[in-house]
This record gives sequence, C-alpha cells and structure tokens, in this order.
Amino acid sequence: MFARGLKRKCVDQEEVEEGALAGFSSIPSYSLQRQSLLDMSLVKLQLCHMLVEPNLCRSVLIANTVRQIQEEMTRDGVGRGTAPQSTGRAPLDRLVSTEILCRTVRGPEAGCPVPDLGDGAIQGPLPELYTVDSAEVPRSPQSSLWEMDSPRENRGSFQKSLDQIFETLEHKNPSSMEDLFSDMDSSYYDLDTMLTGMMSSSKPGLCDGLDSFAAAAPSPGSSCKSDLGELDHVVEILVET
Amino acid sequence: MPCVTWLGRDRGAAPGPLDEAPCSEGELGVPGLAQCTADIISTVEFNHTGELLATGDKGGRVVIFQREPESKNAPHSQGEYDVYSTFQSHEPEFDYLKSLEIEEKINKIKWLPQQNAAHSLLSTNDKTIKLWKITERDKRPEGYNLKDEEGKLKDLSTVTSLQVPVLKPMDLMVEVSPRRIFANGHTYHINSISVNSDCETYMSADDLRINLWHLAVTDRSFNIVDIKPANMEDLTEVITASEFHPHHCNLFVYSSSKGSLRLCDMRAAALCDRHSKRWGPRGLWPLLLLLQTGRQLSSHASPELRVRLCPPMPTPTSPHKARWDSGQPWCLGVLRPEDHGHPQVFEEPEDPSSRSFFSEIISSVSDVKFSHSGRYMLTRDYLTVKVWDLNMEARPIETYQVHDYLRSKLCSLYENDCIFDKFECAWNGSDSVIMTGAYNNFFRMFDRNSKRDVTLEASRESSKPRAVLKPRRVCVGGKRRRDDVSVDSLDFTKKILHTAWHPAENIIAIAATNNLYIFQDKVNSDMH
Repeated sequence: MFARGLKRKCVDQEEVEEGALAGFSSIPSYSLQRQSLLDMSLVKLQLCHMLVEPNLCRSVLIANTVRQIQEEMTRDGVGRGTAPQSTGRAPLDRLVSTEILCRTVRGPEAGCPVPDLGDGAIQGPLPELYTVDSAEVPRSPQSSLWEMDSPRENRGSFQKSLDQIFETLEHKNPSSMEDLFSDMDSSYYDLDTMLTGMMSSSKPGLCDGLDSFAAAAPSPGSSCKSDLGELDHVVEILVET
Repeated sequence: MPCVTWLGRDRGAAPGPLDEAPCSEGELGVPGLAQCTADIISTVEFNHTGELLATGDKGGRVVIFQREPESKNAPHSQGEYDVYSTFQSHEPEFDYLKSLEIEEKINKIKWLPQQNAAHSLLSTNDKTIKLWKITERDKRPEGYNLKDEEGKLKDLSTVTSLQVPVLKPMDLMVEVSPRRIFANGHTYHINSISVNSDCETYMSADDLRINLWHLAVTDRSFNIVDIKPANMEDLTEVITASEFHPHHCNLFVYSSSKGSLRLCDMRAAALCDRHSKRWGPRGLWPLLLLLQTGRQLSSHASPELRVRLCPPMPTPTSPHKARWDSGQPWCLGVLRPEDHGHPQVFEEPEDPSSRSFFSEIISSVSDVKFSHSGRYMLTRDYLTVKVWDLNMEARPIETYQVHDYLRSKLCSLYENDCIFDKFECAWNGSDSVIMTGAYNNFFRMFDRNSKRDVTLEASRESSKPRAVLKPRRVCVGGKRRRDDVSVDSLDFTKKILHTAWHPAENIIAIAATNNLYIFQDKVNSDMH
C-alpha cells in the first residue's frame, strides 16, 4: 500500500541534491523523500505493533530513525525561512511539501509557509476559524501540537506517540493499541479525501490552517485524536453556520 | 585461503514428516511452502570436538548429526555427517497474561564441554532454556528370570532355574532427555546463550537483560546486566548478542543495536545496570563521575567515595531524566584506583561523511564471537564484519566489506525489512579466516593473513559430493564476466544467516533456509 508507492520515489539520499532538481515532476526533493521515509517508518511501527509479538530491536531501530528524521526536520524548519532557495520552483515544492506534511498528524514542520501560498480559498476561512477556536478553547501555547516556535514541544508530542508504542509493547493494552491505530487511520482518511477532492472546501483549509493555530491550541497533554476532534467540532460549527 | 578448495559433502535437510516435501529452497509462491516454514533452520552449532553438529529449526526441533569415523577401507575419504538424533526441544506455548503466543523456534544451541560418556547441550527459544542430555545405548540386558523376552511376567511354575541376565549388544539407540528447564527468567526475547569456561554457569541474554544461571539450579538466576530504562519511552538501545570469554570465566561481552560492544568483568561489579550514565570521552569517565558524586556526597555525608563500577549504559535521551532510584544514594560501590574492573566500551567513531538515516541501523551488531585464542572479537553488522582487539577499544583492527554494493540500496532494504536481517559470523579453528553469510545463498570468507576473500554459493549443484565450489562474484556495473550475478538480480529471500565452522578442521556448515550444507576442504589437512 503506502510503502509500495514509495518505492519508486525512494531515491538514494546521498545522490539527490536539492539544487539539482528541475521541477516537481523529476526526482523528488530531499524533504519529500525524507517525509516519505518518515511515513514509511511510522507505518512500519504501526504494523509491527499489530503483530503478535513485536521484535523489540526492530521497533527501537525504526523509532530511532523516526526520531532522527523528526529532529532534522525541525532543525531544517527553523533554518528554512532564512536559507535562500531557487525561486522558480519554491512555491510548487512547498505546496507539495505542505500537502504531504499535513498527512502526518505527528510531524509538523515549523517552517510550513501557509501564508506564502496565497491561496484565496485557503486563506478565506482562516480568520473565522481562528475566531471561533479562540472563543471555544483556552489558549495554551506551550503544549500545542502545532506550535512552531518550540520544536521541543513538537518533539514531545511526537515522542508521546512513540511512548504509546513502547508502553503498549510493555503492557500490551489492547485499547491503547486501538487508539494508536485509529490516530493513523484518521490522518490517512484526511489524505485520501484531500487527494480525491471529495472534501468540502473547508477541509483543505482545515489542514493548512492547522499550521497557523500556534496560539489557539487544545489543552496540554491532549492526544492527536482529541486535536482532530476539536477541529472537527470547529468545522461542524462552520458548516452549520 | 586460496589453498583450500571447498567440496560439497552431505546435504541434509531436517528430517521429519516434511522430509521430502516438494518445497525447495527459496521458491516462494510454490504451494506447500507454508508447510515448510517449520523446517527453516534457525541455528547451527558444532560441539567442542566437531564430532557432532546440532541444528535447531523454526518448528522447535533439534537435529544432531554425527561424523562417521573415517573408514579403514578408504583412508582418504573423510568422515561424513549422518543424522544421529532428532528430538522436539520446544513446543509452542501461550502466555496467558499477555495473550501472546511464544514461538517454539530454536534461537540458539550451545554444547556443553563433554565431561563423561554423555553429551549435553542447551537449547533455547524466546523464553525458555533447556538442558538436554544425549546418551547412547548399545547393549541391553537379556535373560531375566521373572520376565520373558517381551517383558511379560513369566508363569512362575515354568521357572526351574535361575540365570544371571547378560548384556547383549543391540542396535545403537540414542536417547535424549531434558535434564533442566530454565524458565521464567526473561521478559523479553532471548537472543543469546553462552556457556562459561567454568562449565558450571552460563548466561542468557534478551533484548534488555542478561542473566547468569548455574547449570544445576533452575529456580533462580542472577541478573548481571539490565539496560531497561525506568520509562520505556527512553528506550533507544537494546542488547543484540552476548558471549562469555573462552578462557576467562569472569569476562563477557555484549553488543548493542547502536554498534557498541561492552566487555564486562563480573569481578568488579556485581551488577552492571542502567543506573550509570555514559559520560562521553572515556578518559574523563572517572573524573566526571567524581564531580557528580561530589555534589551528592554532602547530602549523604559519606566519608567514602562511593561510585558504581558498571559498564556505561546508554544515556537517556534527555540528560535531566537520568534514572536514579529515589531514596538511594547516587553511587554504590567503591572506586579504587587500582581497580581494573571498569568495563570497556568498544565503539568505532562514526564517519560523518557517510552518515545517513540508516547509519544507526546498519551499525547494529547482529553477532559477536570471541576468537578461539580469546585475544580478539568478531562482530557482524549489516554490511561489514570487524575484528576487534581486546586491548584496543577505539576502533576495530580489521574491517571487511561483506556486500558493500548494498549501500546504495539501503532505502529499499529498509522498506522490505531486509535491513533488519541478523547475520551471524564465525572464526575458523586457527582464527585466521572468518566467515559470514549474505544474500542469494552466498557466503563470504576472509583470510586475515593474505587479506584475500572469496564468495561462495550454497546450492544444490555445489553440494554434490566432490563438486568443487566455484567462487562467485557480484558485479555492480561496468565489466561483467560470464558467471557474475548482478546486484539487481540478487535474491533477498535466500539469505544465509547461520553458519558454523568446525573447531579444528576445514569443515563448514551452512544453513540456507531449510537446507543444511556441509562443505569440506579438498585435502583433510591441518589448518594452515
């Protein structure tokens, strides 16, 4: 499934240089590859979690890889705003990156440049969402899943998903396994509906708009699932009004 | 190494109900393959004389081969290995607490040094180690007074005289019985067992802990290494293999998934556990430890400088989360300048130019073996085998590339999980040649003296008696010779994970999925 589709895109990392890219249709960018690798790793972790007795060594190695990717993405994200890039392909590239980034519930990229996209449809609902959300939920920036200026917290929330995996390895609690799996499920659901264009206009806005939700965050310690739940609730309100 | 020409010998498959099953090695997609998975050989081990060869398989069976004595009629024909005994070592079990099935697959077999007429071996699956005693019976008593030949009680009225039962020769019968069952010692999966040179104790290692057992005691074991963090979220490193030193009964080594080796001395620290931190450059280790303890000493008002002499453990991901038992002093044990017990960490510094997301995975050590001399250690990671000198921790003294052409394919190998394959490695009797397996049923040998290497293939053609093994070559591109195999046509399902070398002679046992190949050199001569 997911892993298979990646195979073609999975070009050796050492060979690809970002500057050599001609456009989106040719060799995928390093960040795209890296994201693919991250996705593949998360899938592997989930899959091995479904097995009867997961191989601990393999799980640890995959988890470490995920952590490394996460750290590098965070580092790059911090520097991305300042680093000069070839102007021609930047918007397209970033569009793709943003889209893919939104797949991963747990992998926020700090430098995700939503305002740069200049997409009216996306920008439109933003202020409304922001207003609604701030009225609904108390602001607690420290623990936001989507906060950009504290990558450590991002890592913390991502860490939490790894924690869940290891805890489940430890305790084999079926309910937490389900939680994990259902997290993954809902993020893929979002992706599928996005790609097939079957979603209402508010959904893409939801996804891209998440990156601007730095300040308007759910309460600390909430899981990814509850984040999505909150946003779903917000969307429902929008649609009804 | 080039002087030795390898010949095919017996090709034994694990006998059993699926003995002549139609599945052949590596032919995936053939119906009936599912039946054959129980025959997949999971471990191979020669005993100390090389007379016996034990294999364990995924179905929990152990098959022992015995070398036939060389026949006097044909003095040049070397002894062949025939099946000596087959028994079911482990059965599948169910862990009711975790709702998990415990596989019966035999992970490791280790022979005990022979001390009497019987042979003994340890076999282990993921959770339980068993001690088996193998005895021969070639005589049986005949001429009982009260029982007849079939064992039925005689009619006493027919007994008119008494006779002394006599031992008569019979067909050789090999009896195997379980003498000890060492259970409930491990929460995680056992990956190694190793018998101590004292022949009284042995150790078993799982992903996070190593236990020391006495061969005669099954109800308790002594935990000697524990790297389990208090919070599993901090887990970043696991134990991958371990072995006792062949001569020093207090020394053992264990390898980790981060590519490091720790040589531990049981005399210095009774417990080598996670409470130590790794302090960075090893030269500063005692100094930093002193500084840390200095801060705590005031609160404990202890006149003695108490530190823990344990092998440095993996650091928690965040320094501020260092694990120390609440209520316990920071350090236990006493630091003495003359104490040589502080464990050595063997780790090669990472080459920053070749760093990738897969660097850590391919550095994970899948096997560690002491040389017969006890002077060196051999490690296998995904792409290389390395020889380490016990006197030098900084880096290995020799590194051999097993299949470097895979370096550009790591992403694909990560995707199909092959990157997690655990290959074993082996020394020859004189420690001059090392061997390890690869893909496509290839295995590799490296001569440490001449620095030459060879790639050989374990296949049906090569195993015909007297067939000479032809060196194989994998071509990466460029000039391709006739019999070369291109990298893209390698069969990654045909992997040789388990190999063994006779302790004295040039006889090797190669496990290729569910087939065992035994190769021998052309001239059954002494080691060069």
